[in-house]
Amino acid sequence: MGKRTIIPFGPQHPVLPEPVHLDLVIEDETVVEAIPSIGFIHRGLEKLVEKKEYTEMVYVIERICGICSFGHGWGYCLSVEGVMGVEIPERANYLRTIWHELSRMHSHLLWLGLLADGFGFESLFMHCWRIREKVLDIFEKTTGGRVIFSVCKVGGVRKDIDEATLKEISSVVDGMKKELKELADVFLEDYSVKNRLCGVGYLSKEDAAELAAVGPMARASGLKQDMRLLGHGVYDKLGFEPCIETAGDSYARCKVRIREVFQSIDLIIKAIEMIPDGDISVPVKGNVPANECVVRLEQPRGEAFYYAKGADSKFLERMRVRTPTNQNIPAMVKTLQGCDLADVPMLILTIDPCISCTER
Amino acid sequence: MSYVTKSPWLIHYDGSSCNGCDIEVLACLTPMYDVERFGIINTGNPKHADIFLITGAINEQNKAVVKQIYEQMPEPKVVIAVGICATSGGIFKECYNIMGGTDTVIPVDVYVPGCAARPEAIIDGVVKGLGVLAKKKEAMEKGLPIDTAKGKEKEEA
Repeated sequence: MGKRTIIPFGPQHPVLPEPVHLDLVIEDETVVEAIPSIGFIHRGLEKLVEKKEYTEMVYVIERICGICSFGHGWGYCLSVEGVMGVEIPERANYLRTIWHELSRMHSHLLWLGLLADGFGFESLFMHCWRIREKVLDIFEKTTGGRVIFSVCKVGGVRKDIDEATLKEISSVVDGMKKELKELADVFLEDYSVKNRLCGVGYLSKEDAAELAAVGPMARASGLKQDMRLLGHGVYDKLGFEPCIETAGDSYARCKVRIREVFQSIDLIIKAIEMIPDGDISVPVKGNVPANECVVRLEQPRGEAFYYAKGADSKFLERMRVRTPTNQNIPAMVKTLQGCDLADVPMLILTIDPCISCTER
Repeated sequence: MSYVTKSPWLIHYDGSSCNGCDIEVLACLTPMYDVERFGIINTGNPKHADIFLITGAINEQNKAVVKQIYEQMPEPKVVIAVGICATSGGIFKECYNIMGGTDTVIPVDVYVPGCAARPEAIIDGVVKGLGVLAKKKEAMEKGLPIDTAKGKEKEEA
């Protein structure tokens, strides 16, 4: 038995662009315990609902996180629409679903790149990000922004996508399948990549349920947990079925996300085929009534929870967001116990951490 | 600047940004923009870095971290504030935990506004920063003091 040592990890470290601090208690090369401490990015933006009107607040909520910004905007709009009892047009629902699935593609490709960087495969990282730029080009063309779009508003969406552009999107994402297949082969078949992923960071189904893991982390352990099954947007019409793996290790988490990228492509193409004509928004006027609403939405990282409470004024009384990474941190700490020190960066990555979501 | 005589290494720290600027900083390194062809490398060690890219506003928790990274970097060094949050606090300026832009704790040489700052703008900012770095190096060789904030005022005047 070796001597116990504490290795501080972060807040400034080369693994993630975001600051997170962990105290790793190690014995020889094995991690015995990991103690996370967070709070480096806390801004306190939920409190801003008292200063910004409910229509303005969309922009603040979108900036909870730059990666799933569309999802946050959508979740907020859904909760406020729920409080006000607004029904949005069908076309807006389709457009929101398309943008959300595009966000998922870009988020998962980003993650795959970071994972490749995490286990030291630099060129694979570059290829993932090269393909990701195609999704960003679609965003730029349809919304004007690369990472923050501000396209969702209470009562619908701000911009329409014309027929020709929709066709183009459909062909671009379809064309990406071939390149993605090549990438997926490296992640799932390559001998050395498999060596780093298979059997590392095992999380059992019981533990995943007990620690309330969400998103790909839960689905890789065999839990059928996906908020898209609730049918927000048009997921119920697209015949959506979640991707589930049962192995529970890093490899399974990687596989779930790769399958979801392909699934997103299919969902986008299907939604583009089915999209009806019509308005893209309804006018929303007046105060937010004294009422409350809860929305659960599937972000690329898992379930996000939105709570809005009106107070019969232009300002909401309370806004609360619970984000997926927050939920996955206990599961991450569990997988870190007993792992090799060299696997730590990769295990932190496999929950797809988004610290600015967690701390808001 | 007609040519780059130095391969500048940069260190990136996320103050309290929303990730938008951070992924754009990373996007600069990847094939679409590829700043590595100019010899710009993202390093994790402050002691190896010439340029400090900081995104996001300053809050009570990360104040000490930002100061520490800045102090660990060897002279001459350049600080670039990327994004509107790092410039002034941006949309989060009124939040209770935000103190303001990067210049509330360390002197800043180049500001790159934008929400999120585009990769083109970030690269432009880094190129401007290289000019500042060259001037600081010159001053150092002549044995003049290189107080960043004062030097900047002189430059603007």
